[in-house]
This record gives sequence, structure tokens and C-alpha cells, in this order.
Amino acid sequence: MIKSVMVMNTQGKPRLSKFYDYQPVEKQQELIRSVFGVLSSRAENVSNFMEADSIFGPDTRLVYKHYATLYFVLVFDSSENELAMLDLIQVFVETLDKCFKNVCELDIVYSYSKLHTILDEIIFGGQVLETSSTEVIKAVEEISKCSLSLSLYIYIYIYLLSSLFLLCVCGAGFFMSVHVINR
Amino acid sequence: MGSQGGFGQSKEFLDLVKSIGEARSKAEEDRIVLHEIETLKRRISEPDTPKRKMKEYIIRLVYVEMLGHDASFGYIHAVKMTHDDSLSLKRTGYLAVTLFLNEDHDLIILIVNTIQKDLKSDNYLVVCAALNAVCRLINEETIPAVLPQVVELLGHSKEAVRKKAIMALHRFYQKSPSSVQHLVSNFRKRLCDNDPGVMGATLCPLFDLITIDVNSYKDLVISFVSILKQVAERRLPKSYDYHQMPAPFIQIRLLKIMALLGSGDKQASENMYTVVGDIFRKCDSSSNIGNAILYECICCVSSIYPNPKLIESAADVIARFLKSDSHNLKYMGIDALGRLIKTSPEIAEQHQLAVIDCLEDPDDTLKRKTFELLYKMTKSTNVEVIVDRMIDYMISINDNHYKTEIASRCVELAEQFAPSNHWFIQTMNKVFEHAGDLVNIKVAHNLMRLIAEGFGEDDDNADSQLRSSAVESYLRIIGEPKLPSVFLQVICWVLGEYGTADGKFSASYITGKLCDVAEAYSNDETVKAYAVTSLMKIYAFEIAAGRKVDMLPECQSLIEELSASHSTDLQQRAYELQAVIGLDARAVEIIMPSDASCEDIEIDKNLSFLNGYVQHAIEKGALPYISENERSGMLNISNFRNQDQHEASSMHSLRFEAYELPKPSMPSSIPPVSLASTTELVPVPEPSYLRETQKVASSSSVSNADPSELRLRLDGVQKKWGRPTYSSSETSTSSSTSQKTVNGVSKADATGTVNSKAHDNSYNSRKPQVEISPEKQKLAASLFGGSSKTDKRGSTVGHKAGKASSHAVEKPQTTKAPVKSTAVEKIVVQPPPDLLDLGEPTVVSSCPPSVDPFKQLEGLIEPTQVTTSVNHGVVGANKSPDLIGLYVETAGSGPSTDDANPLSGLTNSAIKNAHEGTTTQLSKGPNTKHSLEKDALVRQMGVTPTSHNPNLFKDLLG
Repeated sequence: MIKSVMVMNTQGKPRLSKFYDYQPVEKQQELIRSVFGVLSSRAENVSNFMEADSIFGPDTRLVYKHYATLYFVLVFDSSENELAMLDLIQVFVETLDKCFKNVCELDIVYSYSKLHTILDEIIFGGQVLETSSTEVIKAVEEISKCSLSLSLYIYIYIYLLSSLFLLCVCGAGFFMSVHVINR
Repeated sequence: MGSQGGFGQSKEFLDLVKSIGEARSKAEEDRIVLHEIETLKRRISEPDTPKRKMKEYIIRLVYVEMLGHDASFGYIHAVKMTHDDSLSLKRTGYLAVTLFLNEDHDLIILIVNTIQKDLKSDNYLVVCAALNAVCRLINEETIPAVLPQVVELLGHSKEAVRKKAIMALHRFYQKSPSSVQHLVSNFRKRLCDNDPGVMGATLCPLFDLITIDVNSYKDLVISFVSILKQVAERRLPKSYDYHQMPAPFIQIRLLKIMALLGSGDKQASENMYTVVGDIFRKCDSSSNIGNAILYECICCVSSIYPNPKLIESAADVIARFLKSDSHNLKYMGIDALGRLIKTSPEIAEQHQLAVIDCLEDPDDTLKRKTFELLYKMTKSTNVEVIVDRMIDYMISINDNHYKTEIASRCVELAEQFAPSNHWFIQTMNKVFEHAGDLVNIKVAHNLMRLIAEGFGEDDDNADSQLRSSAVESYLRIIGEPKLPSVFLQVICWVLGEYGTADGKFSASYITGKLCDVAEAYSNDETVKAYAVTSLMKIYAFEIAAGRKVDMLPECQSLIEELSASHSTDLQQRAYELQAVIGLDARAVEIIMPSDASCEDIEIDKNLSFLNGYVQHAIEKGALPYISENERSGMLNISNFRNQDQHEASSMHSLRFEAYELPKPSMPSSIPPVSLASTTELVPVPEPSYLRETQKVASSSSVSNADPSELRLRLDGVQKKWGRPTYSSSETSTSSSTSQKTVNGVSKADATGTVNSKAHDNSYNSRKPQVEISPEKQKLAASLFGGSSKTDKRGSTVGHKAGKASSHAVEKPQTTKAPVKSTAVEKIVVQPPPDLLDLGEPTVVSSCPPSVDPFKQLEGLIEPTQVTTSVNHGVVGANKSPDLIGLYVETAGSGPSTDDANPLSGLTNSAIKNAHEGTTTQLSKGPNTKHSLEKDALVRQMGVTPTSHNPNLFKDLLG
């Protein structure tokens, strides 16, 4: 089971944190800080895996990936496969990239709730739900389509109706004029 | 980006994020956030805030809380938002609530109703949002409220909803298995869902269920196998592919499940062989996810009933992982190796060099994994090297958590496999010295117990040797600053008990040391207590032996100081010490018998020696003793009747007090007397003294009370510790020498082709290859038992040849063959690990196999000498001059010292052989072990001329 997803930047500022088992706010901060402490001390060109027993308790591992200015971190237990988790980060990032067209840290900061929507489509209650980024995007788009406010729909509807009406009027006028000319 | 956040946020939020991003310090950031909280508090509680604004405030609240500030004032607004009709607002509300609240929060009760309603919604997106919240917010008590709806959703027309409903049910199962026990069959049903995604989701709960109870799911083996087969054959729609891999996460789950089902079940495993074999063949190892599947296959293979073919392909994959440049794959390779060696331990030997590379890798994760592997493959033959390595690593890290773990592993391995008492004591010393306060106190008690009891009842001599070596090493260590408390306790106890036992050290010397300890660690009362008791023991032994005791002045002052100590325990010990010194030899001997720590002390729990005194007091009119629970029972209700309580209870009058607690059985002969009620002071010191000494003396047997995992497993150890030591193994082998060499002929021809090829290669081209290896190969040889056997046969020749040489020859030799001499020196420095294990004579000769054995022996004499010296160097550093002389001899005998030298030619070939041997020889069926041994010997011969990396050796030695 996946215990937590974290995104933080290279200065240790959290950009996204989600714990699938409840943790109080202070504990969350402490966990984020200690994870960052460990990550920032790791050299380049080492493995992306770590044992996280000392931070999250027994039988926990951590996989992280470093993209530009961000660390993506997954914490999970022994029922998951490390390499697969690494690819799950890849799925998440690929999806973000497709959603935001060249995702950068700024996108992630500013569209905080969208990030959560995407994550919820990939990981559900600590289990992997979907790994195809196209499917995830489809689902997310459906949600945002649906949640466009009703008023907007009404505006569009009225707009369409009125344009149709105008078209009809124009068409009728045209036919009439043609008729008249033929006469 | 629609209304899901995006840049649709107001400028205020952007400003907030920006200003936090630009904050230079944590304090500045906090100031900004606190200001933001103030604003939000004000705005959010304004009446008629427009809903869109409200949504933004909630998101800002979530953001603020992520930064670690309290946003609890807004929780109720988030809850309110979940009631909204608009999906967007509802989702935001749910998001905030799932992030803010835990499942036992008071506000949850307000949400349950909304969730119930939403689960019934027509809009499946609303249902999904509600299911998401269900996973996070529903606890054991509220499960029944939503369970019917969730179960209903298992049959929903949208697969996305079915998937999430299954996972929600799984979550319920994790939280409270009993509440969904009757619904477990639903998971089985959903396994046959039309949608592969739903089927994949079902695997998660099934995995958990199977982990708990394997047997009731055996019938599903066939289904799982056929599903996996279909997935692997790409029968699923293309949309399930990930990086050209068909549904990898489903495959991984299935393999995990199969590993559970096939474990120890031959019949079930047989069903799986084909499909796992297919995946091994087909799986693309160039992508990350492909390797993930391969790794999972290895896990599966190592768990199910072993199949040689599959194990072979698993070993191939492991080899690929270990050879890869990626640290991730190396990590997986090491992990997989750790799993596979359980079923087929011989695989480790193929990868010894790769493993050692990983051990020296700068990557900490990899290193730890490798230590885990080594821990798994520790045997009595390689325990010394492994534990030494572990201790070195333990010293180098700061992470206390891991330090504790590795320390306990060291202790465990040392207790289980220790080859000698001396080594065991040394190892424990090191562990205590560097991780003392992290080690469980039971380990210390175990150590004391071990020293006190010795290793076997048969040999008292060995026990006393162990004790005196412990005493010596402790006296050496005791002067070092800042020793951990636990270790000092052990030291004090051992010094007190056995410090003067063998007469090597005088009592005054030891007491002086003990006083130093007590002074140096004056704020550690436990250590002081141990030190004082040890002092008392030493003086008592002295008195008992009839020697005159004169207390050192510093000791005197220490005792005086302690008798005025705040700690009553220390005070008492000090007074006891003074009292004991005043007694005569006979009494002392009874109080403090020498070396009696293992003997049981009889305790008179009824204090019968007080009987006379008590009787006397009662006759004088004192009240009888009332036991404690009786007293407390009375105090509650009838304390005013305290005086005549006994009379009252004996008469059948009205009782006001509660029923008495059951009395512990007491001797009826003497009516117990209340000590407190007597006016005279009762002489307590005697009983309490008894208790005290008992406590001290039996401290080593404390662990008796807890016979759990930390107990020393002495049964296994005894045999190993009786193992012949170095000297005996040297002498015993000469007879087997020639005969085995003859055997070697048949082996030699197996490698003959390799040898001849090797001659073609130039010396230099091989150099870089060899450069890294000598110390690693040494290490490998000592770690991976199979290839470490080298030297028995060499020793006999070595003795002979050694006599002829002297120190004087050293110089010419170095000029002639400098490379060789450095090599020898290095090898001389090499610690004596287990290289002396029974080796077989395994010289690879370049002679044709048809030559008769004696001739061959003659031809071999030179190379064997080389190996001899190497081996000999290992045996003892004091023989090193002989070896060097030997080198001169061999060097001198050759026509020239360049590469044309037959000796170097031979060794070159040997090097080559060593490198090719690992792969070529291993696959030769029953002979592998022999050829491995041969290989190791050859490697050592071949390696010596070119090893020039003294630093690495130092590293090895620590």
C-alpha cells in the first residue's frame, strides 16, 4: 500500500503532500522535513530507493525522482515493487506534463486542486488505480467539463439559440428577396 | 484550465504564493502565512461570501495547512461546501475535508449524511467524489452507514465507479475486517468483471486476503494463471499498455499473488511454471517497467516450489541486474539475490565480485541492501569478515536507527557463529564501544552470563582463558574516554567477578581502575553502583583468600563520598562494602563466594529467620502483621475501625467494609506482625542485604526470565567453537597433498584450453582488469565460502622452503620484482580470516594431462611455492621474511625476470583463468565446487604479481 505522496522543491518547500493514513499537521511537517533532509543529502547518480524505516516506521520504503526543481516522493510498504513505484512517479509526471503542456513548478503551485484531482485518479486509497496517462487526462477533463458552472452553459445556450434565430431570419430574408427578384 | 484551479485563481492567491516563494527565512514565511490566516479568518466568516470566492478561500486554507499552519477554523466551512450541489464546489469541499480531517474527527458525523446522498447520485462523477471521501473519512463505526450503498455500486454501469467501489470496500476491509467479512465473496465475483481495469483493482484486496489465508484461495490458482497468460500475450486492449508493456501493474500484482499461493505447494507451483517462464523469455529488459516485472518474477520463482529451469533464468536476470550501470537495477539485483539464495545458495558465488562492488558503492541504500544480503548468507566460515565489515560500517554512520539495527545484527551473528571465544569478546567489545547505548541491555546481560557460564561444561580451562582474555581486553579499553554506560556496566561486573581470579593483576591495580571509572562517570549512578559492588567483590575475595586488604586512598574517599550520596542505593552499597571489609575471612567467604554468580541463591521468602524476633515482639504485646492489600482494603471504608478490625471480622457482627480481597496463603504457625506498629526499629538491613547481593550476583542470569530471541543460542555454538584452530589445520594435511594433486590433473585439462589462450594475451592488456580485483577477490573468497579454500597443501612446502631464507635477501628481491614484493607485503598484512579453511590442492597446471603425476609435481614446484608463500603470509605475519626469501628463490631460478619468465607466464595464465573460470567452470555440473576452489587458488596465484593498491587493503583491514 502507498502511504504517502509528496512533492517538494529543492529548497524543501512542500508543493503537494498527501497521506493515505491520517497524520496530524505537525507530524506531516516533521515527515516532510525529514524526507527532505535525507533527499538533499543524497548524491547524484545513486539509486532512487531508500529504506524509510527511521522516518515512517517499520517496513516502509521510499522512492523519489528528481525533476528540475522538484522532488517527487512516494512512500509505501513491502507489498509494492520499487521499480513499479518509480514508474508510477513517471506516470504522474507524464500526466502533469500533458495537462499543463510542459509542466513546471509554477503550474504545480498555482493549480493545486487540479493536482489533487489528477493524483486521485492515479492513486485511490493507497492503491494504484490507473496507470495510463491518457485515461487519467480523460477522466480529469470530464470532471472539469462537468463542473463548469451551470450559468456558463445557459449563456452558451442562449448565445447559440440567438445565433440560430438570426440565421433563420437572415435565411428567410434571403429566400424572400430571391423570391421577389424571381418575380 | 477550467475551474479546477489553474490560473483561474485570484490575484491574491498568486501573490501569496509568490511572496512565500520569495521569503528569505522561515520567520518571514511564517509572518506572511499568519497574515494570510488572519485575512482568511475574516473573509471566510463574512455572511454572503459568493460561492466561487468561498471555494478559493478553502483552497487557500488547504495550502496554508500544507505549509504547516493551523487552519482548523475553516474546517466547518469545508464541511459545508460538501453539501453544495455544484460538482466543482462539492469536489473542493471533499478534497479539503479529506486533507483536513481524520476519521475520528467530530465533524465527520456531518459529512456521513452527504456521502450517503452522493453515493446514490445519478451523476457518476459525484459518486466518484463521494467514494474518494469514503476511503479516507469512514471509520469502523460509520462503515455500516455507507456499506450497503458501496456494495450496490459494485454493479454500477460505469467501470470507473465499480473500480473505486472495490477499492473502497478493500479499504473497509483494512480498517475493520470483521465488518465486511460477509462480503469477501464479492471480490471473487468481481475478478470475472468484463472490464480488465476492474479485475485489476480486485487483485489488491485479494492479495491482502490471500496473505492472511492462503488455503481458501487455492482454487483460484488456475484463474490467476490464465489471466496472467492472457495479459502477457497482449490480449488486453491497447489502452492498458504502458511503455509497450501490457498492463504491467496487473502483471506485478498477479505475480505477487502467485508467489503467495505457490509457496510450498508443489501442485499449485507446477501450474505456474509455464507462464512465468514465458514472461522471463518475453519480457523486455530495456525498460524500467519491464525490469520491475522481471524482478517480480524472480520473487515469485524464489517463493514457489523450486524449478531448476526457472531458477536458472532467474539467475540470468539477476546477473543482468547486477552488471547494469543503474544503481536501481543493482539494488533490485541484490534484493533478488537475497531471495534466491534461500532456495539455491550456490548462485551467490557467481556474483561475488558484483556484490563486493555494491558493498563499496557510495550509495548508502545499496550498501545497506548488500549488508542485508550478507546477513542472510552468513555462515560460520565467513562470519568474521562479514561482522568486521558490518562493524566498520556501523562506526561510519550517524543514523541511530540503522546503527541499532546493524548492531543487533552483529550481536546476533556473533552469538550464532562465533569461531572462537577471543573473537567473540573482541567483537562484542567493538559493538559496545561504538553503539553501546543503542544496544539492548539484554545483550549486555547475555554477555556477562556467557562469560560467567563459559561455553561448555567440559572444559574449565577454556572458560578461565576466556575470562582472563576478557579481563585483559577490558583493562585495556577502560582507560578510553566516553565509553557507553552499558559497556561500562559489563566491564565493571567482569572486573569485579574475575579481575583477580587468575592472579595476573593485583587487587590494588583493579580497584584503582574501578575507582577511576566511578570518578570519571560520576553522574551515571548505575555505573557507579556496578563499580562499588565490584570493589566489594574484589575486597571480599582478597579477604577470603587470607590476604591483607589495604584500601587505596582514592577508594577510601570514593566510599566516603558515596555513603553520603543522595542515592539510597549507592549509599547502601557503600555501607555494605564497609561492613564486609570489617568481617573475618570465614564470614566473607560465605557472603561473597568466589565465582558463584551462576549458582542459585536460595531465598527464604517467608523470612523465617525473623520468626523468633516476631514471636518475642508479639509476646510483648505488639500487633500482628497485616498484609498490604488487607490494609488498603480497610483504609477505604473502615479506617476508623482500624484498631479492632480483626476482632470485628472474627465475630459475626454487621460488616460495613467491602469483602476482603483473597488473602495470599501465609504460614499459619506465626501470626504475622505489623512491623510498623512496633516501637523498636526492626533490623531491616539483613533481608535487604540479601536482596541486594542477590540482585548483583544474579544480574547475569537476568535474561533467564526472558527466554525470547535475545538469548544466546549456545547449543549451536559449542560445536563450532570446538573447531580446529589454525595451527592444527596446518599440520593435518600433508598426507593428502600428493594424492589430491593427482586428482587435480583431471581438473587441469578442463581448463587447459583457457590456459593456452591466456598465453596469447599480453600481460599489459590484462592489467586493468586485474587491478581492481585482488583485494576484492580476497574478500570475495572469504565471504563466499566456496571459493575461499586455498591453502592446506601449500603449508608443507612452505615450511621446507621457508627455512632457506633470511631477511637479508629482501632487498635484491624488491629490485628484481618490485610488483611481486609489494604484493607479498600486502598479503602478509592480510588479516587471518577463514582462508585457512580446508583447501584442496588446486593448482592449475599447463602440463598436458597425460604426464605422470610425479613429473607433474616437479613441474609444479615453482608455482606451488608462490601460493605457499601467499598462504603462509596469511597464516602468520612472523613468517613473512621466509616468504620473501622464497620469492627470491623462485625469481632467481628463472632465466630472466621479464614476462618471458615461465613463472609469470604461468601466473598470467592463471589470472586469465581466474577471470574466465568464474563463468566457464561453474556450469560443469557436479564438479563446480572443486573447480571453484581451484579457481580461488589460481586467482590468488595470479593476482599476486599485479596487486598494487595498498589503500584498498587498508580499507579492508579497517
